[in-house]
Amino acid sequence: MNKKKEKRRFIAVCLAPAIILFTVFMIIPTLNVFWMSTLKWGGLSANKEFVGLNNFKILFEDMNFIQALQNTIFLIVVVTIVTMVFSILFASILVREKVKGQNFFRIIFYIPNILSVVVIASIFTAIYDPSTNGLLNSIESLFRPETWETTKYLGDPNIMLYAISGAMIWQAIGYYMVMYMASMSSIPEHLYEAASLEGAGKIKQFFSITLPLIWSNIRTTLTFFIISCINLSFLFVKVFGSGPGGVSETVLSYMYKQAYSNASYGYGMAIGVIIFLFSFVLSALVSKATEREPLEF
Amino acid sequence: MKNKKSMSAERLYKIFIYVALITLAISIIVPVVWVFMASVKHNSEFYGSPWTIPASIQFSNFVNAFEKANMGQYFINSVIATGLGLIILLVVALPASYVLARFEFRGRKFMNTAMMAGLFINVNYIVVPIFLMLLGWDDFIYNLFGDGFFLDNIFVLALVYAATAIPFTVYLLSGYFRTLPKAYEEAALIDGCGYFKTMFKVMIPMAKPSIVTVILFNFLAFWNEYIIALTLMPGTSKTLPVGLMNLMQAARGKAEYGMMYAGLVIVMLPTLILYIMVQKKLTQGMTLGGLKD
Repeated sequence: MNKKKEKRRFIAVCLAPAIILFTVFMIIPTLNVFWMSTLKWGGLSANKEFVGLNNFKILFEDMNFIQALQNTIFLIVVVTIVTMVFSILFASILVREKVKGQNFFRIIFYIPNILSVVVIASIFTAIYDPSTNGLLNSIESLFRPETWETTKYLGDPNIMLYAISGAMIWQAIGYYMVMYMASMSSIPEHLYEAASLEGAGKIKQFFSITLPLIWSNIRTTLTFFIISCINLSFLFVKVFGSGPGGVSETVLSYMYKQAYSNASYGYGMAIGVIIFLFSFVLSALVSKATEREPLEF
Repeated sequence: MKNKKSMSAERLYKIFIYVALITLAISIIVPVVWVFMASVKHNSEFYGSPWTIPASIQFSNFVNAFEKANMGQYFINSVIATGLGLIILLVVALPASYVLARFEFRGRKFMNTAMMAGLFINVNYIVVPIFLMLLGWDDFIYNLFGDGFFLDNIFVLALVYAATAIPFTVYLLSGYFRTLPKAYEEAALIDGCGYFKTMFKVMIPMAKPSIVTVILFNFLAFWNEYIIALTLMPGTSKTLPVGLMNLMQAARGKAEYGMMYAGLVIVMLPTLILYIMVQKKLTQGMTLGGLKD
């Protein structure tokens, strides 16, 4: 009897701090996002007024928000496709081919993942610098000294989103590559030997062995990547600035701007709810669309 | 004849592979090395080609960054926030993970599900409600004692860091505890060790590999964190990434580029050193956790 009591006390003492912290700083704020989205709340004044779904109604007529949503979708699509293709490709090269310096490449490719987004964005500010001091512009001017005209990577509305994608891809490739390398190197060698005895070339092997066998891993990472894309694009826009007239605003940066800089907390949180639902639905759709019969080896 | 042809195709393929690998490697190495070079350049060297080697090594850039731009103070803040955050996280998450992995009790399943759901909670959405909550607490305390406490407090920042890292950490640690053989703790309990002693003396030391992984990932996450620190520390006391952002804006206006890049180096050097020391563990640990936010 005493033993049982002791055990129960042990369980309670171990769990309590985690439950308290988790509840106070994660559960309650999350619920607050939803609750606040139904308020008209002008910020620091205590004036809170329940307006139901009115914030959402305003939201869908807010052209800035629509633009931000479009930008976000653009970034998700471009960054996801490029990152996935390249990281799978590089992973399969590093695992399957006898490349000299395999370790060296793995170490180097992972570096961007350990740097702060602020650091990466600062580096890319130097890379994209519109003057001749900019790393990219100075290279461009070498190739065509007469006709060279500065490219405003972070100022030209037509280019800016691509420039942001570039930084995001640069940051993400290594991480996903290392992830895929781990799952690829667990594929047994004899499958490839058998395939090559039957005359299957490298490309065939890639599509009929490597890709199907790491598919479940790709699916999981894809779901998480979409969510992290929304986050990352936010941080980059926060650091780069949202360009002339906010052309490269993304949904989260727009939310932050409304809630924090503009102090329209209710409206900002309504944006938050929409992004949450959006990322949830998108992840579910992607997960459904990529569903395949699971393969085992 | 045919053989020769496939030989050259093979070669072409190999060349293509190396070109691709080296291109990507260069695109990563060059900007990073360039920042290191720029951090020791004299301010006058920033007009003109960005590719010149620094004429002399200006360590004064670093001195300026540390003193004039306050990076020294921010550095200490970052060390405190990161270190304290890690300590709180481990103290809170280790026992919880152990219990969730090993004990049968009512509500266990619910707890596990809640933690899994917590993996999907995105810090970027909830940072504003957290800020408002702390602001409300501050108002309350202000009325009582005439001074705020929760905002602009490095300890509270560390606490929030730890709290937001709980789901991922518990997920990773309890997964590891589940793989440990039960025989050890049974033996310890039979020997008369209490639950607490069994946990601290037997189980936690055995979980060391996963603890190292947790520390590594969360060190990087806390050290590099930007948005929570920006929001919860609106005053003059900042962490390194937020301070770096300020420095970038200020230095660009005054054209003190050397100091700016020195600040950049100060922020990324600790993570680079750590990475070089433990890169094997880090990339192996990744497969342990499997995912990251």
